[in-house]
Amino acid sequence: MIDQFGAATVALLVCMVMTLFRSIAGPTVFDRVLAVNSFGTKTVLLIAVYGFLSGRPDFLDLALVYALMNFIGTIAVMKFTRFGDLAGMEEDEEEIL
Amino acid sequence: MNGALVAEVLSWTFIVAGSVFVLIGGIGLIRLPDFYTRIHAAGITDTMGAWLILIGLMFSAGWTLITVKLVMLLFFLAATSPLASHALAKAAFLRGLEPMLGRGLEIEDDHD
Repeated sequence: MIDQFGAATVALLVCMVMTLFRSIAGPTVFDRVLAVNSFGTKTVLLIAVYGFLSGRPDFLDLALVYALMNFIGTIAVMKFTRFGDLAGMEEDEEEIL
Repeated sequence: MNGALVAEVLSWTFIVAGSVFVLIGGIGLIRLPDFYTRIHAAGITDTMGAWLILIGLMFSAGWTLITVKLVMLLFFLAATSPLASHALAKAAFLRGLEPMLGRGLEIEDDHD
């Protein structure tokens, strides 16, 4: 007997495989960053759903931490892709904007 | 008993709907032809799929501390996912990535 958490886990795993394909085969770097960001969101959902599936919803703390780390990581990669550096880039930003 | 049954049915409905949206987003992430169109697919997964799955989990958890954590998770995802997508699209556009334009979609031809 499969419950709703098992169904959601299967759907998330299938979708994570698709996202992994895009992150490997993406022609530009932005495709890869988009796929990695989407993969992180699906990982958050998978942690939350798996906590309910195994009857231990305490995994939600890990999901919270992972959501914040995913956002910080995406912004950091975007800044690195745009400026080539992670340090302060005020003059370059004014030049672009 | 009746309330538990209603919560179970609502949990099934929301989680299965969220799974369908997540699958649609994954298929779109593979099939769509362009980076700017693939953002749409990732956006479906990040907003609609995540929200529906988390709301379904809330119906399954009931009024406990778990629901509070789920609300916090929902808030973080709702705040950060559109921001990340926006930063991604802006970075790609400023970097000079051209959107794919189909026949009849060229903006300049409409004004000539």
